[in-house]
Amino acid sequence: MVLAAAPRRRRRHRLEIGRYIFLGIYLLFVLAPLYWMLITSIKPSNDYLAVPPVWFPDKPTLVHYVVALFSYRGLRGLINSLIISLAATVLSAFIGSLMAYSLARFNTGGKHLSFWVLSQRFLPPVAIVLPIFLIYRNAGLHDTHIGLIIAYTVFTLPVSVWMMYAYFRQLPRSMEDAALVDGCTRWQAFWRVAMPLSAPAMVATAVFAFIACWTEFFFALVLTSRDAFTLPTVFRAFIGFQGALYGEASALAVVSLAPSIVLGILVQRHLVRGLTLGAVRG
Amino acid sequence: MANVSIKGLQKLYGTVEALSGIDLEIEDGEFTVLVGPSGCGKSTLLRTIAGLEEISNGTIAIGDEVVNDMRPRDRDVAMVFQDYALYPHMTVFSNIGFGLMARKLPKPEVEKRVKVAAKMLGIEKLLERYPRQLSGGQRQRVAIGRAIVRNPQIFLFDEPLSNLDAQLRDEMRSEIKRLHQDLGTTMIYVTHDQIEAMTLADRIVLLRDGKIEQAGSPLDLYERPATYFVAGFLGSPRMNFIPGKLASSGGKHSVKIDGGLSLPVPHEVPASSKKDKIVLGIRPQHISRAGGGSVRNGHARLNVKVELVQPTGSRAYITFPLGKTVVMAELDSHDVHKPGEMIDLDFDMNRAVLIDPETERVI
Repeated sequence: MVLAAAPRRRRRHRLEIGRYIFLGIYLLFVLAPLYWMLITSIKPSNDYLAVPPVWFPDKPTLVHYVVALFSYRGLRGLINSLIISLAATVLSAFIGSLMAYSLARFNTGGKHLSFWVLSQRFLPPVAIVLPIFLIYRNAGLHDTHIGLIIAYTVFTLPVSVWMMYAYFRQLPRSMEDAALVDGCTRWQAFWRVAMPLSAPAMVATAVFAFIACWTEFFFALVLTSRDAFTLPTVFRAFIGFQGALYGEASALAVVSLAPSIVLGILVQRHLVRGLTLGAVRG
Repeated sequence: MANVSIKGLQKLYGTVEALSGIDLEIEDGEFTVLVGPSGCGKSTLLRTIAGLEEISNGTIAIGDEVVNDMRPRDRDVAMVFQDYALYPHMTVFSNIGFGLMARKLPKPEVEKRVKVAAKMLGIEKLLERYPRQLSGGQRQRVAIGRAIVRNPQIFLFDEPLSNLDAQLRDEMRSEIKRLHQDLGTTMIYVTHDQIEAMTLADRIVLLRDGKIEQAGSPLDLYERPATYFVAGFLGSPRMNFIPGKLASSGGKHSVKIDGGLSLPVPHEVPASSKKDKIVLGIRPQHISRAGGGSVRNGHARLNVKVELVQPTGSRAYITFPLGKTVVMAELDSHDVHKPGEMIDLDFDMNRAVLIDPETERVI
């Protein structure tokens, strides 16, 4: 036994080393582009495509940030994106929760309504963008925050509804029943009992909705122009016939990444719980 | 405090009838236990009284008021749920006081009443804890605290002890009984456990397939079951059912069973019920080891071969064949030693029942 244990230990040791090598390569694969983006954003223009590549610039500069944010109206795009994404996220999570609660508790619309809601995601956005553009232009919603907030709320609703629906279905009814008997109205039972308990699911839903809004390009491109344009649409300006403004594009990419990372760190704990809650019956 | 009056209650789920023709009068201060196998509609009946389920037909009145269309919060009932249904995001204090706060009682009053309820249940030290930090028994106490703090007209219990282990269940059962004695409030209690039903109830309502099979005092149902189902449902071990034929000679009746055995029937059998085929029901507790001396009036003595012995401590369950039927008897542990033994058993036929196998009713 003692003799047999040594090779086994060695084998386990080798396996461990192999695992770390694999993880190292994977990490490099994931982080290298991010590093390159970060470095490019502070590189002088001459260093973008230098051979051999410049791994860290001798004279880092923030000029690309200034140009991207101010000359190319990146700051305005950032602010617009924040307003529109946050508003759409809050609306989507809130309305989605109400719809999901109704589907889960009152079986609203029978068997098929819940699936119909999800089926709205099957539609390719390009199929409806022109009609929406025409409606928006006539309704005075084109190039407005409200217009894009409405559009984004509608597009993110199906997933919000389904995530919350999965959660509410596995949430025991008896707590709300207890609240009803205890003296709550149906609305109070929802607001004071079901909602606080669904916070993790709500956070997960909100993060998904936010990321979807934050990175959306197509509708923003068609439905906005000079005023309500969002961050993703600003990137268009950096690629022209003459060449690409790598530094400015990288600088703005770094800026646009920041909210997602901050959000991710803040809600990480809830996110994992929220995503698995629907699957695991307590 | 209030009485509950249910008339012609029907509950449909689509086309499925969960409850039908329920007529039930529950007296003020009475402890009523709704009992029956799973799916018999007992929980549904309780939930209709609470207002958590709408009824399809009939009326439910609490006190003198018909509450059919009244919301649960306006019925002045409190309910304890099987899974406790505590609010996980609130402390024990908030859980107990939730109903009072929802009704907008002043804070000092809430505090006072929560403390009184907590003291009554011995959970004063747990008030700042969250439900997840409590044991099963403590959670159950909090759930009961949440009910009593509101001082409702009626308490509803939906299988409140089924998630507890055996020892704790016994303890909580006594506590609920004591609570009823102290408060004197009308209580309606759902369980599938016949021991709970027998020990707690002033009156048992036995349900089967959405209908009331029999209602009465625990002893009434135990000693004078109206149907085969009631006879078999109450009592542990279960009543023995021995098929046989009813024979009469010289005004005396007896049940003849396979193997040429005959057991006397001491009571009168109505002429209309004199069926050829019959089922004799006798509880294991009413079969005992025969002593010396003559056979008492209304008793029968049979010599049987013990097949199986199951000692439980002071008592032992033995099984033996009687004709083609395997019969169980509950004897004193020292009355019987090993399988294969031949013993004389005394059947107390005064306490046996005769059942018509066609109608399943007790004759």
